[in-house]
Amino acid sequence: MPKYILIDHTADIGIDLVGISLQELFTNAAFALFDIITDLSKVESKIEHKIQIAGLDKEQLLVNWLGELLYLHDVKNLLFKDFIITDIKDNKLIASVRGEEFAEGKHVIKTEIKAVTHHNLSIIKKDDLWKARIIFDL
Amino acid sequence: MAEDKYKIQKIDAYRWRIPREGKMRVDGIIYADEHMLEEIQKDESLQQVINVAHLPGIIGHSLAMPDIHWGYGFPIGGVAAFDMDAGVVSPGGVGYDINCGVRLLRTGLYRVEIVHKLEAVVNTLFANIPSGVGSHRKDLKLSRQDEKNVLKNGARWAVSQGYGTKEDLEHIEEKGCIPGADPELVSDRALERGKTQLGTLGSGNHFVEVGYVSEIYDDKIAQALGLEKDGVTIVVHTGSRGLGYQVCDDFIKVMINASHKYNIELPDRQLCCAPINSPQGKEYIAAMACAANYAFANRQMITHWVRESFERALLVSPKESQIHPVYDVCHNIAKIEEHIVDGEKKKLCVHRKGATRSFPPNHPETPDAYKSVGQPVLIPGDMGRCSYVLVGTEKAYSDTFGSTCHGAGRVMSRNQAMKTAKGRNIAQELKEKGILVRADSRATLDEELPEAYKDVTEVVDIVENAGISKKVAQLKPLCVIKG
Repeated sequence: MPKYILIDHTADIGIDLVGISLQELFTNAAFALFDIITDLSKVESKIEHKIQIAGLDKEQLLVNWLGELLYLHDVKNLLFKDFIITDIKDNKLIASVRGEEFAEGKHVIKTEIKAVTHHNLSIIKKDDLWKARIIFDL
Repeated sequence: MAEDKYKIQKIDAYRWRIPREGKMRVDGIIYADEHMLEEIQKDESLQQVINVAHLPGIIGHSLAMPDIHWGYGFPIGGVAAFDMDAGVVSPGGVGYDINCGVRLLRTGLYRVEIVHKLEAVVNTLFANIPSGVGSHRKDLKLSRQDEKNVLKNGARWAVSQGYGTKEDLEHIEEKGCIPGADPELVSDRALERGKTQLGTLGSGNHFVEVGYVSEIYDDKIAQALGLEKDGVTIVVHTGSRGLGYQVCDDFIKVMINASHKYNIELPDRQLCCAPINSPQGKEYIAAMACAANYAFANRQMITHWVRESFERALLVSPKESQIHPVYDVCHNIAKIEEHIVDGEKKKLCVHRKGATRSFPPNHPETPDAYKSVGQPVLIPGDMGRCSYVLVGTEKAYSDTFGSTCHGAGRVMSRNQAMKTAKGRNIAQELKEKGILVRADSRATLDEELPEAYKDVTEVVDIVENAGISKKVAQLKPLCVIKG
């Protein structure tokens, strides 16, 4: 099962996500974010960051989780490839993420993602699979 | 058929109505011709026009310009005005790239003088103006206080630091500084993101393009704007970078809570909003002004580096190159403006998301130099075709809260564009057409290939035929730098 599928969105970029658990859905979302930004095969797990995030509900939690990763990428020039969510509830999660700092010559930036939007976002569980569609602003 | 889905009614050749139903408070009105309407219905943008019509205090109609396409929250190409007492302000109605906008520079140079030196021009621009992800000028160090001054004073700050002249400020929307900006309402995160990105182009569809006036449609107005046939022009398209994205992100969190608090029913969470006169509404407007001012400063600094680059590449003095702004417009913004509603003057909060102000001759906000002809409207096209200069009209002021289109508008998703560009060399194709391109990544060029956009000429013809702006000149590209 692919971790995510790109959908055709005219201006921006959208992804369809699935996961056998909420944890996997959120992990796949983070993977998709950085897979769109860079070539992840060039990124090594050199440094680790602990992340603790809250949200009103699952949907806002997902946007805040990705938003946090995007902020770390933008301000600290970090690229992440491994995401371990140790605890997740409807309104908060704890994770450790691993990756390394962007290095000119080693890494490429394929796409700049400006933000993670709430547009028509809903997380649903159907036939034991968690599903979500999320739109990034490019 | 999608037309049935939306119950679209024809008003005239260039206007279509989506009648109010359910919880819509007003009708939707789309500016398009028959062909473009078909294109528009291929994505979900019309549903977004309907969604916007649900918001409290919306006045007149939920409007869509002909370059409308699917965004998030508001459609891109959407215009909506709200009553100052009963209405709302929505960060999703402005977008993440607050005051993304366009500046047009004219020069004292002619096409023949630079056409053999384009390689030097494009390389110098590319070296001088940071573009692409993570790029910044190593010689520019901003303290936290400097950055707050940028947020408060916009392009005025840039001029005070030697980036350009006072005269430049007369040729910018709001004179390059939106009043009421309060830097204390901008988060540490936003300031942190903005710190290293001032004076950078960013990636995606942002660019600096050198071109020339290829066609003039109205001699008198072109003359007032300082444009003449074959004169060299420069278009700068960029916005508020990470600072603006973070301000939007921060306030979307605030507005999700505020929407609950004020019992505002939302068809899409991205439309979250608060009453204009609520603490949350006022704070967003003051923080948005900060990001808008950052963008004005950004375009002002890039203008300075364009001037420097021309001097270096062409070995001409500023006296010879005569690079001056024609105008600078915002196309992602919410503005408090006076409009006529039911025959009475009324202050409104006009959201323009992927739409440009189009104010008529003699309007107080139309700059002095253009009082008799109307406010310049700058509409960039894709890399391969052309851009347009128009002016605002009375009809725009009366029918669209003084608004018009903002660009070509995408027709292809980036995914489709990448597939279409596969196996092709877009830079080489453009070179064969006489257009030199430098980009930070090849992926950017592929995503931005000309066919990915609507033909800007069709878009501009619709706004002219509908009377909401008037065509003045066409510009054709010679060289482009992209992020």
